[in-house]
Amino acid sequence: MLRDYLTISVRSLASRKTRTYLTMIGIFIGIASVVALIGLGEGLRLAISSQFGFLGTDVLSIQASGLNFAGPPGAAVANPLTGDLTDKIKKVKGVETVINRYLESAPVEFNDKQVISIVYSMPDGTDRQALESMVNIKAMSGRMLKDGDGKKVMLGHDFTKELSFGKDVAVGDRILIKGIEFEVVGLLEKKGSFILDSSIGMNEDVLIELFKNDNTINAIAVKVKDEKEINDVKSGIEKLLRKEREVKEGEEDFVVESPQSVLDSLDSTLFAVQMFVIIIALISIVVGGIGITNTMYTAVLERTKEIGIMKAIGARNSIIFTLFFIESGLLGLIGGIIGILLGLGFAYGSASAGRALLGVEIIRAHVPTMLIVMSLMFSVIIGLLAGIIPAYRASRKTPIDSLRYAK
Amino acid sequence: MGEKYILELIDVWKIYRMGKIDINALRGVNLKVKLGEFLAVMGPSGSGKSTLMNMIGCLDVPSKGSIYLDGHDISKLYESDLAQLRGRKIGFVFQQFNLIPTLTAIENVMLPMIFQNIKREERVRKAEKLLDIVKLGDRRYHRPTELSGGQQQRVAIARSLCNDPEILLADEPTGNLDSTTGQEFMQFLRKLHTEEGKTIIMVTHDREIAKNADRTEFLKDGKIAKNI
Repeated sequence: MLRDYLTISVRSLASRKTRTYLTMIGIFIGIASVVALIGLGEGLRLAISSQFGFLGTDVLSIQASGLNFAGPPGAAVANPLTGDLTDKIKKVKGVETVINRYLESAPVEFNDKQVISIVYSMPDGTDRQALESMVNIKAMSGRMLKDGDGKKVMLGHDFTKELSFGKDVAVGDRILIKGIEFEVVGLLEKKGSFILDSSIGMNEDVLIELFKNDNTINAIAVKVKDEKEINDVKSGIEKLLRKEREVKEGEEDFVVESPQSVLDSLDSTLFAVQMFVIIIALISIVVGGIGITNTMYTAVLERTKEIGIMKAIGARNSIIFTLFFIESGLLGLIGGIIGILLGLGFAYGSASAGRALLGVEIIRAHVPTMLIVMSLMFSVIIGLLAGIIPAYRASRKTPIDSLRYAK
Repeated sequence: MGEKYILELIDVWKIYRMGKIDINALRGVNLKVKLGEFLAVMGPSGSGKSTLMNMIGCLDVPSKGSIYLDGHDISKLYESDLAQLRGRKIGFVFQQFNLIPTLTAIENVMLPMIFQNIKREERVRKAEKLLDIVKLGDRRYHRPTELSGGQQQRVAIARSLCNDPEILLADEPTGNLDSTTGQEFMQFLRKLHTEEGKTIIMVTHDREIAKNADRTEFLKDGKIAKNI
């Protein structure tokens, strides 16, 4: 029977398409904005998470903070980190390994084309394995760097794609870094992090010789003994650094952060933005719902005669109520579906347009299935709620008055 | 009571209150209709014809008096029960055809059966048969706007018959038809009466049309009169 009522309701909506679509505008703008903006926010969150994802949850990173406009992290700050800190940090309770990280940007040439890339350092000895497992990098082809490798480098996965130099780089190829020839000994597996995938690994001593003329380091990676104590270790290091760098609490010119803490703060910011979007969109949907109520009232009035006819030929009040209730729910459902499609189109379309125009890989959309399901349910519920009073009014009409209507 | 009669109205009054004035639309109507009878009700406008039709059609209940339909007193029923009763026992044919414009001919015919929870296959079978009877088998999937007045009225007849009602109630059924189509329609109604034995109650103001009935009752000032 429900199928028959559905047919009747669909016919009735189809017979006044313009009004149906106009009515649904409020709903689908609301739903589309929820889907699109949350989808983009979620995509951004995932993209950023994947940038951090290569670091384990037992790793802290220390950077000097302050002015940091360009270049690799930790470059161009007022008071950079220095190499002598390493041994002191090692003594902080709970610290397992401390590794100095050198990051430099450099012109890289291959196939007569030049790009600017980040070169990172690989330490010698046991620290090398520690860093490899910390960052979780593996060679896809060729091999990893080893101690004593001189003018040799390993490249991130993105170099295997044509886009950097117009030609794939292969193991054994020679590239110029800062004008000096290096041999590519290995290509790394894809990490999904655009920073790591487009960077070049070089032994620490070679990097220092090529770039450094002072004792500064860009970052310090600290592996803690016990993941559960990461916050205590973090406090310990902060206390040490405050003392060493002679700054008061609250005025730190450095940051000690775990990948998790960065993600957490990012999450809370995105959450606030998403809540704001949801509230705005909710207003739109509620206004849309009022639009549906209005349209349903008009429909009840217009179809008073039809209601009378149906009652005359045996429709009970509950049937009339059901017909209008379904119709109103359908307005919500169709509005929701169109809204979701528009939202998906907008989210994925604008993300890919953004990537194409700005060349920024991080602009991605990700619309969780749950969001789609919830949006659809919400729009149907709004549609149904909006229809309750008009449907009730319709069901209470007396057959004789209705039949006489507009006679 | 009502053993021989399919419909019996006993001292039926309908009083409408218009502001402070009471208007007596029906003033003690007594009427008996036998099973299988073809009755015409005639009367000038304002005589209470429509009100009477509404009472017989279970669309409204009397202010006073009783109406027995198939032996059951319907004068004190509530709307939902009346709706159920109408759907099963009464077939309506209106002056203005009153088809649902968004539905096709066959869907219009099936509508009363939907309201009676009849299974789809059964509905389709019956609706097709009825449309064949009214010679509209080839117009099943046409909407009312794509049909002529006569064709629409035949769809309405098919619709009114789909639940095998006890009484066919026709309210000025030829009022919106030209005389030829009107005559054809009346022949069809007559045939339905003579061949199928349907009880038909028809309201009309046209004496020629009323002649098709077995008996004519006149209504004047809310009462059954000898003549008008």
